[in-house]
Order: sequence, then structure tokens, then C-alpha cells
Amino acid sequence: MTRRTARRAAKAALFTACLVPLVVLVADGLGGRLGPNPIRAAELRTGIWALTLLVVTLGITPLRRLTGWNVLAGYRRMLGLCTFTYVTLHFLTWFGIDEFFALKYIGQDIAKRPYITVGFTAFLLLIPLAVTSNAAIVRRLGRRWQTLHSLVYVAALGGIVHFVWEVKADLTVPTRYALVLVALLLLRLVPLPGRRRAPAARRAAPAHGSAAVEPRAEPTPAL
Amino acid sequence: MLIGRPPDIPSSEITPERAYLDRRAFMAAAGVAAVAAAVPAVGRAVGAAVRRSPDDKPTSYDDITHYNNYYEFGTGKSDPARYAGQLVTTPWSIEVAGEVRKPGTYHLEDLLHGQTIEQRIYRHRCVEAWSMVIPWNGFSLRNWITRFEPTSRAKFVEFTTLLRPSQMPGQRDDVLPWPYVEGLRMDEAMHPLTMVVTGLYGRALPNQDGAPIRIHVPWKYGFKSGKAIVRIRFTETQPANTWHLSAPNEYGFYANVNPNVDHPRWSQARERRIGEFFRRPTLMFNGYADQVASLYAGLDLRANF
Repeated sequence: MTRRTARRAAKAALFTACLVPLVVLVADGLGGRLGPNPIRAAELRTGIWALTLLVVTLGITPLRRLTGWNVLAGYRRMLGLCTFTYVTLHFLTWFGIDEFFALKYIGQDIAKRPYITVGFTAFLLLIPLAVTSNAAIVRRLGRRWQTLHSLVYVAALGGIVHFVWEVKADLTVPTRYALVLVALLLLRLVPLPGRRRAPAARRAAPAHGSAAVEPRAEPTPAL
Repeated sequence: MLIGRPPDIPSSEITPERAYLDRRAFMAAAGVAAVAAAVPAVGRAVGAAVRRSPDDKPTSYDDITHYNNYYEFGTGKSDPARYAGQLVTTPWSIEVAGEVRKPGTYHLEDLLHGQTIEQRIYRHRCVEAWSMVIPWNGFSLRNWITRFEPTSRAKFVEFTTLLRPSQMPGQRDDVLPWPYVEGLRMDEAMHPLTMVVTGLYGRALPNQDGAPIRIHVPWKYGFKSGKAIVRIRFTETQPANTWHLSAPNEYGFYANVNPNVDHPRWSQARERRIGEFFRRPTLMFNGYADQVASLYAGLDLRANF
């Protein structure tokens, strides 16, 4: 097996893995295994998987830095798009099933309920990132692409706040996601001496912020 | 829904235990109850006999017993069904304290002795905007209260839930200040709709729904109805209630079901009835306005949420 086929196979496997929660959700829904309040269960599951995949996606770059496995960068776009798929499903479950397109109530909720305002905003922020994820657009946007896609951090923060503000008293699970997210962001800022040598040109002119750790080459999708 | 105006509940709206037991016996004879549990059959019979509105079909026994909040067993909706089995509910006694002439610790059997157990189908509205229709068994709390002879200083009643972390795993986390306490104004507690619950669908009350004894106040959000009650205290001043202690801006003392006063984080205008696809409008005082609205004449329901 060539390197390229191996990479393709790994990507296909990862993609399939990302689809598993959706397939299980649909199967459970059709089989009546979502419990007494299936709509709520579907909202919770799509929400949890959206956040989980978001954290996994944001974990790619720190993991690459730690291990030096640059090959990981090739999976980032796909994971990002899977995240966006679950976020969209989460939104549609609420919009089209739970609220059943009751625009009057949906509008009021977006305007008046902070957790919905934040969650909805995070969803909107992810749309331009998903739209600009194909290779041609990435090339055309160049540096601006990188700037645009740093919105993913704002959206991630919004997703966590949405979760924290939604729960009544038990913050255990939202706190876990928040801690992981913060840890991932910190990992990007902390230099890792010795693990991976920066190119000489970079050492001469240190860049600022997290962008410094990105490879010089063509920007790769961060979402 | 099924209960008439205070102070008396028309007997036509309540199925005495004997009647539905007879029905069950009849159906058993007819072979209908050959179906293992017979519970759905009983539910249908009871529903047909006492249901008024086709909108209020009793929620299935399975859903009632597998989807609820009982943080003493965990914060998930299925945690009570999963973990409540370990709770030992016999023997059980209740401490009666405060402004009463007959304080003391009473055995539950003694307190139940002589009470006529009725079947009452009540709407149950959770503050989280889901609802059920539940065929409870029990009697009016006032029967107990008059027996304890509250003094003229008794203006409120406080209910305390069992504190037993060894059998209530949720109490090992401090998600809420334990034990769970709730309270009612004396006139609310004396209202004939306010119920001491001993059973569900003609069966003994399952642990996850508050066994061996719980309160149900059908015009208030569910958290007002304490479960596994071990203490009833009569007070002159308004007692604390757990959710209010936990988040005072979100949960008040009154907690009357009110579609016009939103919870700060979600709307209370509509609710999802468990088992239904579409949300339905929430009714003022959960549909019991005719019976209870007079209790709150002159009270600002927005300020006293």
C-alpha cells in the first residue's frame, strides 16, 4: 500500500467514524430508543457531538505540534465540515422539529434567551467558514483566509457558553468541554522547545501570536 | 382538570380506589388483563371513566416512571429510574414539627390509616417546559394538616425530602443544597387539589417518582412537589425552597404555572406534552385557574413568580 492510499484509507475511516453518531441517532429515532422525549434527546445528542467534533478539530494543530505528525493537517478540513454538519443538525432539530418552524417563538427565543442568542450566533459564525473551505477559495483568500478562520475560536467559545447557560445546576459536562477547549487554546500559545524545530527564517523574525506555529506554506483550513 | 371547585371535589370526578380495582378485576375476568402488567388497560379504563378533555390523555406508565427530575438520584432524566431501586422505603416515618398542637414522629402506616385513597388524574408541568398527565393515587393534604392541628401562627408549611446519600447517589454531589426543601402557603397547602400521593396508576408509588410518599401541587411547576417526605414543618415565616436558594432569580417561592411570565432562560408560553410531537400552549395555573386563581387575588404574579 502506497503512502497515498494509506492516507486516503485513513481519511475514509475517519469520515465513517464521524458519521457513526448520526447513523446511531437515526437508528435509535426510528427504533423508538430515544426515550420519552425523543426530540429533546436528539437536540442533546447532536449538540454534544457538535461540541465533541469541534474540540477534536481544534485538537489537530496542537497534536501536530506535539508529535510533529504534519500529516494530521490533512484531516482538519474534513473534521471541521463534520463539526459543521452536526451543528447544523442541532440547529435544524430545534428549528424544524422542536419549534416546528414557529418563527414567532423562534425569533423571540433568539432575541430574548441569552443561551439561544449565543448558540445561534456561533452557528452563524461557522457558516462562512464552511463556505470558504474548498481548496480554490482557500487559495484565493490567501492570508485573509487565516484571519477569517480564526472565527472558529469565537464560535467554539460561543458553543461552550451556550451549553453552560442551558443547564440548570449540573455544570459537570459543560465544564469538561470548557477545560478541554481552554487547554487546546493554551497549547497553541505555549512554545514547545526541542520537539519541532522552527525554520531558520522564522527564528530570525519571530511572528506574533498563535499564527507563528502555522507552517509557512499555503494556509490549511483550520475549521 | 378533573377536579371541581373548592372546597369540595365532586365525587363524580374522582374514581375511588374500589371502582378502578373493580374495573381491573372485571377486565381480568374478561381476559383483557391477561396482558402481563395490565397497566395500560387500567390506564385506559381510568381514562375513559374520568377523563374530561380528549386533550388530556394520561401519559404512559412507562414514560411517567422513566422520565423525570429527582436530583437525589442524578441530574439525568433517566437517572431516577436507574438508581432509585436501592432506596429502602420501609419503615418510614414523618416528623411533624413547628406551629402545631400535635407535633411528633409518626409512622407512615399510622398516617395513612383511615385515609380514603382516590385516583386523581392531574396535569404535571415541569418548569423546563415539558408536561405529563398523571393518574395519581392519594388524598388531599388538608386531611393530614387538620389532623396535626396547626396553631394560628402556622402561615406556611415546609416539606423536607429524605437525606440519605448512601442510597441517593445524587446527594453525593453538591449540585443542590441538600436536603431538598419546599414550602407552600397555608391556604395553598389546605387547598383540596393539593395532594399527598401514595401511588400511580393504581400501583404503589415507584421509588423514582417519590416513594413512599410525595406531594403534588398540580397548578405549580413540578419542583414545588417534594418527594420522599420525611418532615413537615409549620412555620410563621415563609420557608426556604431549594431551587430558589440555588438560583433566586430563576425560581421563586410561588412557582405557579404561568404562560405569561417566562423563566429568564426560556419561554413558559408553551410546553411539550410527553408523547406528543407539537408543543401546546401552557394554561394559566396549568389549567386549574377556576379552582386556584382566587388564592392569588391582588398578588403581583410577575414579581412573585
